[in-house]
Amino acid sequence: MLTLDNLYVNYGAIRALKGFSCTVNQGEIVALIGANGAGKSTILNSISGLVPLAAGKITFLGDTISGIAPHRIVRKGISQVPEGRRVFATMTVQENLEMGGYIRTDSKGLRDDIERIFIRFPRLAERKQQLSSTLSGGEQQMLAIGRALMSRPTLLLLDEPSMGLAPMLVEQIFTIIREINAGGMTILLVEQNASMALSIASRAYVLESGNSVLHGRSADLAIDPNVRSAYLGT
Amino acid sequence: MLLQQLINGIALGSVYALIALGYTMVYGIVTLINFAHGEIFMVGAFAGLYATSVLHLNIFIALVIAMIVCILLGVAIEQIAYRPLRKSTRLSALISAIGVSIFLSTLAQMLFGSNAKGYPEDCFPVSQIHLGSADISTLQVLIIAISALLMVSLHFIVHRTRMGRAMRATSEDYHTAALMGVDVNRIISVTFALGSALAAAGGVLVGVLFNAVSFNMGLMAGLKAFAAAVLGGIGSLPGAMLGGLLLGVTEVAGVAAGFSSYRDAIAFAILVLVLLVKPTGLLGRKIQKKV
Ligand SMILES: Nc1ncnc2c1ncn2[C@@H]1O[C@H](COP(=O)(O)OP(=O)(O)OP(=O)(O)O)[C@@H](O)[C@H]1O
Ligand SMILES: [Mg+2]
Repeated sequence: MLTLDNLYVNYGAIRALKGFSCTVNQGEIVALIGANGAGKSTILNSISGLVPLAAGKITFLGDTISGIAPHRIVRKGISQVPEGRRVFATMTVQENLEMGGYIRTDSKGLRDDIERIFIRFPRLAERKQQLSSTLSGGEQQMLAIGRALMSRPTLLLLDEPSMGLAPMLVEQIFTIIREINAGGMTILLVEQNASMALSIASRAYVLESGNSVLHGRSADLAIDPNVRSAYLGT
Repeated sequence: MLLQQLINGIALGSVYALIALGYTMVYGIVTLINFAHGEIFMVGAFAGLYATSVLHLNIFIALVIAMIVCILLGVAIEQIAYRPLRKSTRLSALISAIGVSIFLSTLAQMLFGSNAKGYPEDCFPVSQIHLGSADISTLQVLIIAISALLMVSLHFIVHRTRMGRAMRATSEDYHTAALMGVDVNRIISVTFALGSALAAAGGVLVGVLFNAVSFNMGLMAGLKAFAAAVLGGIGSLPGAMLGGLLLGVTEVAGVAAGFSSYRDAIAFAILVLVLLVKPTGLLGRKIQKKV
């Protein structure tokens, strides 16, 4: 479904990606794990078109999407939940969800989808007229996920959904991700919480300074001695 | 007497507010002080002058024409002078803005000469309305009504339409707005278009009110409107409206109190005083660093 082929990204003199390649198949959850600064967010942002590639190619459902503007990539069916949630603080919960559905014009369908998101996240429903800046971290993460679903994507990019959340909330967020995937959504998940990521992903790529050093089935990576000592702390 | 001055102040302040809105909207979206904005106002005044005195058009049609001319001008300025510099330092964009400003006023001087020109006498029938002790001219009523109408429309666009929501999203977080599918470049063009249309309206209204249109009128009006925008809190739309009105009323009050030789200094004195007490301006939010 998604193929990243030999991606290079530079920020000025900083070389953030050095020939990274990976594939994501329909219906999968694929995890990207790695330390701070390994280049995980850069990968998601290059898929979304926010950062230009120095070299390499990205194809999605048979089309080349590298070099296309971000607003067109959303219309191709790729939605991103950015790192740090980035909800629109000056807008209400309801307005944030409406922003998520910006590319759509079917107002009936939009209203139904917002209702569906409120059923999935009852805590958002109770706070729909509240400014999103007043939400807790966990609620903001739910809002960011709900907002990304509003464009009805076929591929969902999640950047560190567990960041800064208490363990119980992390469990809850991962249960939701699993449910969304069970509904047929393909997911590319970036996580520092490697054990959680490996527990829900079918496959994973381990990143170190801009390239993948290891990839394979999550079950295999979870028992790999190098992965265990470097990322699972065991 | 007091009522009279208040109305004079509100009429002048409405025009400042119209121009100030353009500064604040553009700043809110691209964090750039559009130094050419005062010249857009000047071009609006000339476009209205041309439409009324040469084409003999009705003042309302002239207003619409001036707004269209300035929309095109504002959008072109952004694409030619600012867009290529969007990823460079703020200073380069600022210098480019000053360049455009000098270019436009020099061009106007070459085309229309150095002498101030007036709108035709009969372009708007002025009569006096007596309201208690005050004499209000129909021209003041016109200025206040048109300004109010434009500001209400702007508020409606920004808060009640899909485009407005995209503008707010872009002004808050450019990258995340793009992730929602917003074509950020288009939103920036729309912002320049709206701001320039308001400045054009201000230009025509000032042209009729003071009956003096000149190539350098954008400088002082632009500076004062900028002061109004900062006074209200740069980036805040209600702030620009409040700042403009406040500035107009105080300026008129200052003149009435006998400080007419300090007329232009009053705006900046207030600005300095307010910023000392509240650096973000009256309605400004904490200044967020854009990423
Ligand atoms: N806008 C930028 N300008 C300059 N350098 C950047 C920029 N964004 C990222 N980098 C650098 O690129 C490298 C990869 O960053 P990236 O954000 O992709 O890492 P990450 O794996 O997502 O890290 P984290 O886990 O901390 O989010 C880092 O060295 C980072 O400092
Ligand atoms: Mg990251």
